[in-house]
Amino acid sequence: MTLLSNLGFGLLILTLLVSLYGIVAAIVGLRKNSLVWAESARLAMLLTFPLLTLVSLSLIVLLVSGDYQVRYVYNVTSSTMPLYLKITAWWGGQAGSLQFWSWLLALFTSAVTLRKWDRDREFLPWVILVSLVTLVFFLAMVIFLENPFIRFWQTAGGEELAAMFQPAGAFPLVPVDGRGLNPLLRHPGMVIHPPALYLGFVSFVVPFAFAIAALATGRVDDRWIRVTRKWTLVAWLFLSLGLVLGSRWAYDVLGWGGYWGWDPVEIAALMPWLSGTAFLHSVMIQERKGMFKRWNMILIILTYSLVIFGTFLTRSGVLSSVHAFAQSAIGPLFFTFIGVTFIVSLGLLLHRWNSLRSEGQMNSVFSRESLFLINNLLFMGILLVCFWGVIYPLVRELFTGEKVTVSAPYYESAAGPLFAALLLLMGIAPLSAWSASTYRSLGRAVWKPALVSLAAPVIALILGVRNAWAIVAIWLVGFVIAVTIYDYAKAVISRTRRTGENIPMAFWRLGGKNRRRYGGYIIHLGIVLMAFGIIGIEMFQQQTQATLKIGQNLQLAGYTVTFDDLKEYMLSDAQLVGQAEMSVERNGRPLGTIQPRVDFFFDAQQTMTIPGIRSTLEDDLYVILVDWEAISTAGATFKVYHNPLVNWMWIGAGVLIIGMLVAAWPTREDETIAERTAIRSSNPRTTEEVLQAQL
Amino acid sequence: MENPAPSHPSTNRVKFIIGGVLIAVAVLYLIISNTSASSQYYLTVAELQERKTEMMGRDLRVSGAVLGETIVYDPQTLTLQFTVVHIPGDNKEIERLGGLALVLHEATLNPNLPALQVVYVGVKPDLLKNEAQAIMSGRINENGVFEATELLLKCPSRYEEAVPNQAETGNK
Repeated sequence: MTLLSNLGFGLLILTLLVSLYGIVAAIVGLRKNSLVWAESARLAMLLTFPLLTLVSLSLIVLLVSGDYQVRYVYNVTSSTMPLYLKITAWWGGQAGSLQFWSWLLALFTSAVTLRKWDRDREFLPWVILVSLVTLVFFLAMVIFLENPFIRFWQTAGGEELAAMFQPAGAFPLVPVDGRGLNPLLRHPGMVIHPPALYLGFVSFVVPFAFAIAALATGRVDDRWIRVTRKWTLVAWLFLSLGLVLGSRWAYDVLGWGGYWGWDPVEIAALMPWLSGTAFLHSVMIQERKGMFKRWNMILIILTYSLVIFGTFLTRSGVLSSVHAFAQSAIGPLFFTFIGVTFIVSLGLLLHRWNSLRSEGQMNSVFSRESLFLINNLLFMGILLVCFWGVIYPLVRELFTGEKVTVSAPYYESAAGPLFAALLLLMGIAPLSAWSASTYRSLGRAVWKPALVSLAAPVIALILGVRNAWAIVAIWLVGFVIAVTIYDYAKAVISRTRRTGENIPMAFWRLGGKNRRRYGGYIIHLGIVLMAFGIIGIEMFQQQTQATLKIGQNLQLAGYTVTFDDLKEYMLSDAQLVGQAEMSVERNGRPLGTIQPRVDFFFDAQQTMTIPGIRSTLEDDLYVILVDWEAISTAGATFKVYHNPLVNWMWIGAGVLIIGMLVAAWPTREDETIAERTAIRSSNPRTTEEVLQAQL
Repeated sequence: MENPAPSHPSTNRVKFIIGGVLIAVAVLYLIISNTSASSQYYLTVAELQERKTEMMGRDLRVSGAVLGETIVYDPQTLTLQFTVVHIPGDNKEIERLGGLALVLHEATLNPNLPALQVVYVGVKPDLLKNEAQAIMSGRINENGVFEATELLLKCPSRYEEAVPNQAETGNK
């Protein structure tokens, strides 16, 4: 096993050397304009992936076999943990997760270098250069500061220390058992949440690398955007998924009835999502109109910096948060790296500033491109709210010497109205026309679905909702849904008229023909459903608490929850479980049982409270077993939350994934281009062109 | 397919500038007004004890080390009481003293440090135990007891990068 640690570490060093060689080869290739050197750099890039895979395997074998002499293994695993948790402990701690990051980066960038480069030869060395510089940064961090292969030793004098290599005269020190992963992280959501987030983070490196390649080579048309469009979509998908899974974990495990706490670490993951979403929208304007070129560059540079910043924040513990991670020396290095890459990228951008001149001009405030601009401003506004919230304590301390923080209420009231404005825009923008659109033409397009959408607040009023903000929010949700359905239905009908297809066929073909547009619609629907769920839990959550004896019940929001039984039992994972059996009924009708429980982990000397949740489309009944007495007296205390509509949040996330798959499903590039040309030359086919033709 | 612009470009430009400025002003307004409305002083226990009267009734955030033997929980009323003792508020200071885990450990053993009584109504957090770092939001009442409305806990020992210590592993 000593061998395996040394092997892993040796391979890490080798990967670093190969990467450094690749950087040199790419630079030589660029200077000499030599294909041979560029190819050599490409091979170096490709080699990093198998090398890092071997490093990862070494670490995983150490984790699974429980070699507690290795400090990382000691810190994140214990003998009682099940196999899958031992494997996923790979990203359970700081050192391992940074190594995991580098492995993902090698995977993605190697995949990119395998594509056909015939049309983009000049980009290749630059893409490799950017990827490898990023990789070298992470590798250096893993090797010099956060080495997962460091082992424990005991010197002849009895002193215990941790070092990579055996100090002279020291013996290996092997603890009997590891400390184990924090029980709160032993949850399926937590197992896939970090990788999803990291996949999202890492995929954004690809469009960034291409953007830099475009700036460096001066080939600043929209080629770099077209090449990386799918990567951006995938990055965005995984980032969204990572955020949702994290929320789900918080909802299932943290036991405070919520899903999002505006914790600095959550914000750190949200920020690249915000700039990435803005980027995803504004590249469409560049592809379509040749506008926003500089802005897109700024957005992707910003997103890349925020990705690195997010990795740092989630991993360094600089800010107090529920995410209890270690403080470490990696902070200054991260900031230096972010600073240097940001400044170099901006320098390149300024260098090409004039060749990134806009090809078009905004003609109308109500045009599609103008609404996209507003969309971007709003996303940047929310980003600014988040960024200010994170740095305000630092700024304030710098100037006044006092420590001051802002928490959830700040973010909710500052970002809430901006999110609402985005919803409104989401409803209007799909109906606006490119280039020329007046408030009249837009009004003509919007009034019908707007009228229909008024049904939503009316229904809410009838159901007894009296909160004005909630009614506005519900109307916005209804509006976006109405617009989306209306626009799609209109396009389907015009297609059936034109082609004579029946409605389902037209529905299917239309979606297939313009996947990006309709994939986008599905994503919008997903977001709106999530908004619906968020409105439910944020504005209508109710809670109560009670101490019950067996047979007694409590009431909340029309439900009766009866405490039937309490069990205590042992699980193999070295945990003692206390579990309550509770039956739920409404209006005298039994609705099933729920089992809130508390696990006590012996290895970590810690409890873990797992709520019992009865989940329907209408609402969640969320019961926490707070405490209980000895079985003989059998009294137990419960806290119960009623969370209306919250399930729509998870359903919306599912819809979002489907939409993303529709939008990103591979098509042959040539086919798309041919189609685009056809659209430009032939009869108007999409609704916005129909609208334009009518003007 | 291109239609002529409905209005003059220069008036358009003005419209865009006005629109952009309006959005920027709205965003800035939201940020500034909410920053002042919802900012909390982040104090150490020692600072809070010094400025107790000044801080009464204000939204505060306080961090300290939890004394395990003071934790009292009444599940009937969900009332949780415990005492925290002072730890430095500055990360660099904590690093200098040997890291958060060590600082917390030593704070709980030092009877001379300023202490603060805390009361919190709600579910007892899983991570609340001896030597945890508690970060609490709330207000201080006239009896000098901190009424927490939010309670975050950190147990740095989970990820502490230290050599295994038999005394510590035995300390279960």
